[in-house]
Amino acid sequence: MSLDGIYYTKEHEWIRIDGADVFVGITDHAQAELGDIVFVELPETDESFEMGEEFGSVESVKAVSELFSPLDCKVLEVNEDLEDEPALVNSSAQEKGWMVKVEILDESQLESLMSPEQYEKFVEEESN
Amino acid sequence: MSHSFEWLIFERTRVGKIGCTLPKLDVPEVEAEATLGSDRVRKGLDRFPQVSETEIARHFTRLSQWNFGVNQGMYPLGSCTMKYNPSLNETVSGIPAFRNTHPLAKPEHSQGVLRLLFELEEILAEITGLSACTLQPAAGAHGEFTGLLTIHKALQEKGEGHRDTILVPDSAHGTNPATATLAGFKVKEVASNAEGRIDMESLREAIDERTAGMMITNPNTLGIFESEIHIIADLLHEHGAYLYMDGANMNALVGKCKPGDMGVDVMHLNLHKTFSTPHGGGGPGSGPVCVNETLKPYLPNPRIVKEGDQFVWKNEATGVGRVHGWNGHFGVAVRALCWILTLGAKGLREHTENAVLNNRYVRKGLEGHFHLPFKTETLHETVFNDKNQHDTGVTSMDMAKKLLDFGFHPPTMYFPLVVPGALMIEPTETESRGEMDRFVQAMVRIAELAKEDPEQVTRAPETTVIRRVDEALAARQPILRWEPESN
Amino acid sequence: MKYLPLSSKDRAEMLDKIGVETIDDLFASIPEHLRLTKELNVPEAHCEMDILDSFNRMANENTSFQHSFIGAGAYAHFIPTIIDHLTLRQEFFTAYTPYQPEVSQGTLQALFEFQTMMTDLTGMEVSNASVYDGATAAAEAILMASRIQKKRNRVLVSGALHPHYLDVIHTYTDRLDIDVQILEPAGNQTDLKKLEDALDKDVIAVVSGYPNFFGEIEPLETIAELAHQHKALCISVTQEAVSLALLKSPGACGVDIAVGEAQSLGVPLQFGGPYCGFFTCLDKFKRQMPGKICGQTVDSDGKRAFVLTLSAREQHIRRAKATSNICTNQGLMALRVTIFMATLGKNGMRELAQQNLSKAEYLKKKLGSIAGVSISQAPTFNEFVVDLPLPADKVVEKLENAGIQPGLMLNHFFDGRSQQLLVNVTEMHRKEALDLFARELEAAL
Repeated sequence: MSLDGIYYTKEHEWIRIDGADVFVGITDHAQAELGDIVFVELPETDESFEMGEEFGSVESVKAVSELFSPLDCKVLEVNEDLEDEPALVNSSAQEKGWMVKVEILDESQLESLMSPEQYEKFVEEESN
Repeated sequence: MSHSFEWLIFERTRVGKIGCTLPKLDVPEVEAEATLGSDRVRKGLDRFPQVSETEIARHFTRLSQWNFGVNQGMYPLGSCTMKYNPSLNETVSGIPAFRNTHPLAKPEHSQGVLRLLFELEEILAEITGLSACTLQPAAGAHGEFTGLLTIHKALQEKGEGHRDTILVPDSAHGTNPATATLAGFKVKEVASNAEGRIDMESLREAIDERTAGMMITNPNTLGIFESEIHIIADLLHEHGAYLYMDGANMNALVGKCKPGDMGVDVMHLNLHKTFSTPHGGGGPGSGPVCVNETLKPYLPNPRIVKEGDQFVWKNEATGVGRVHGWNGHFGVAVRALCWILTLGAKGLREHTENAVLNNRYVRKGLEGHFHLPFKTETLHETVFNDKNQHDTGVTSMDMAKKLLDFGFHPPTMYFPLVVPGALMIEPTETESRGEMDRFVQAMVRIAELAKEDPEQVTRAPETTVIRRVDEALAARQPILRWEPESN
Repeated sequence: MKYLPLSSKDRAEMLDKIGVETIDDLFASIPEHLRLTKELNVPEAHCEMDILDSFNRMANENTSFQHSFIGAGAYAHFIPTIIDHLTLRQEFFTAYTPYQPEVSQGTLQALFEFQTMMTDLTGMEVSNASVYDGATAAAEAILMASRIQKKRNRVLVSGALHPHYLDVIHTYTDRLDIDVQILEPAGNQTDLKKLEDALDKDVIAVVSGYPNFFGEIEPLETIAELAHQHKALCISVTQEAVSLALLKSPGACGVDIAVGEAQSLGVPLQFGGPYCGFFTCLDKFKRQMPGKICGQTVDSDGKRAFVLTLSAREQHIRRAKATSNICTNQGLMALRVTIFMATLGKNGMRELAQQNLSKAEYLKKKLGSIAGVSISQAPTFNEFVVDLPLPADKVVEKLENAGIQPGLMLNHFFDGRSQQLLVNVTEMHRKEALDLFARELEAAL
């Protein structure tokens, strides 16, 4: 069964599986909350992280937010465009603003993440 | 504003100029490279200007004209206590012995300066109702750090070193949790109730055997007196924990009540708030720490002690280490002592009474026009927000910027965090009725404009030397110094 | 009450408008049992004339010497008179922290100039807007280095650093997960052999004075190289900022974070404070730097403007996860330093440093030629250790009687150094004073 699709975490991150490519970033909701993004701190390639482990941070004018790994993974690539253009996270959080490309080390963990519909509901509940 | 642009001082450089003449060298000139070795000597400085004294005078005088000081107009900054900075303070700080004594001067040669610090420490202990005081911390946050260190030491000495958590209300100033972390503690938040006070349920739930202490501000950052403070103190003490008080809002209490009586174990004061020493455009401040008998042994070393009729430095084995390279901000202490002696006991109380009177008066004028998130009685400051202006699209930020066009410095913005869009207003006691009336009129007019013509507010400020700045650009592409090639 | 602008009529009308009877009604939220029933036990109000009298009397209890040669981290340099005049402008000294840039361009532009010149002095790329003092700057630098080198644990600190700075470093690091190891100096310098032996891949950073507490110019380049060989950072700490106008900059020596004390650049001694700690580093570390930072930007009309920036790391936003708890910088002191640096300028700063070196070398020669007195050959700037043939205290007493404060007796800090003095010379010591010192010292021995 294909695992393709987008999964969401409670920390407002998304992980998108596109065949062999797996990308991670923060949601559009998160970027709106943060405001103008001025800096993204990303890990080094080949670094591995456990589910929930801090792997970087996103800085806006008024806040800094940690990035938490959605599941056990290894970093294959980081989005170098974000160094010169952190604003990509604002304009295209779920596409061009991707942060890291990873290799999933434990696929079973995907079950604990949220679907797009579940995430939408989660955001609604959080704002109330 | 008479001018709208000022060069960076480097942009005025003309080779060979100097702003100050040094004395003629009266000993043989030493060849630096020969004496120290050529690999130890630099070629020169690249980012220093070469200008005459005249240009220095013009440059900085014109820069000053772009600033706004509290000795010029009202600064209703909540929790900052922007009161008049007396000229007498400045004069006494210039007395040669106060200005020029070296920090390592022997005690027998520095009796005057030691006496000054000692007397101020005694007075501050009396004002706070505590036993002892240190003037070593250089600022409020530094004082918070020092205070927490005494708690940490006391717990260690009792064998309670496993206590690793500090409780902090959700309305606390950012320095409180930051300081707790710096001091090696974990932070646990306690909720506020509907009246804006610490929620006792939340507190009871949060206290456990790992609680080292709680940091509270009283009156709190909403300007509201924590009327159950003595119950909170008892509760903490019962559980073997300490009560730290952030003294930022002491302007509401001096001469009317004492933190020591409330059960506070340790607290800091802000001399640059309550005691009229100037803010200096960002410092220097001074954050003396006062403690009760229990924590007195742990004050940082060295302490000033009186032996007979002589003042000496003493190190207590139990004291926590130095927090400052020298003796704290003596220059600020002089100004504070001058203020206290100018006012006297009765004057200190009257100042507090006027501070509270002024705030309640301004509050009355603004109620109805601005939303009051907490209706509870306040003392020296009140927190409003922009809820009433929501559907106009005008925010607190917009209204603050419009206030600049009316000639006032804005209130404290977006703090405390428990109030979205907060506007914290503290007039202080040195505002006249006329000034406060003008301020209220300006605020009311802004509220009206928000309804009638919101764009007039959102495009503010328009009369200041610069308009709103691009903060995102400043953070995305930081330019943090002048580059010689750029123009 | 001269600072209170309300008349009793004002007060009555205001109480009425508020809707209470008396002033005390305003304090109803304070529980009765906590309200004071008598006045504070502090002195009565003084008029200006009395204040001036009593403060002058207090000041006269101090003794000063015609010629003082104490430095040891706080230096008596000539302060151009213009600095006092400019910093007494109320727009500068009674202004608040520049959080509203539209009405603080004066403060902010001056801070930008401060940051520029500080990076030049230290040879670094970025500076913050100042910290409390040199000692806390050193402590904060260590904390910053540990944030950068997250997986490492140990910091090696030269024992030739100012003893007070070492104290403050301990105070700041004792309860945290950082292991600070002080390396005993070899004589009056960092022991390079001990440093080499102690370096390994667990070391976060190496911290060295430059010049060090004993006035000696450490081989900073070598120290930085050793540190980098093990991927440790190198932190330099300069307690006498004037030296940087002449010495090879910390940046040119390969340092990663250069901090210290800028008091000698226009800030009076004031019995220890307020001073002006400076904090500079390489650009790649700027987001880990504590304290306030001023940056250049534009306003909505495209005009050049200055604003506090990179604030997201600070306490008011980051709270428990802030880079530091610092809220104030040293505002007015940083302004004094800025005006000093700009007034002396490129040439004046060099000349000032040159004079300090020349005068110190002159005194070194004169004292060194006295029988029994020895001064090491190590390179120094304006401060050096003098070895006496007798315990220093008796010698110092004699000199004090002759109106000379000859320097710091090193047994104030170190038990084994009872015959040593730390002597500082600046441009303020005229030749006559230097000659007098030498004559009186010879007589005293």
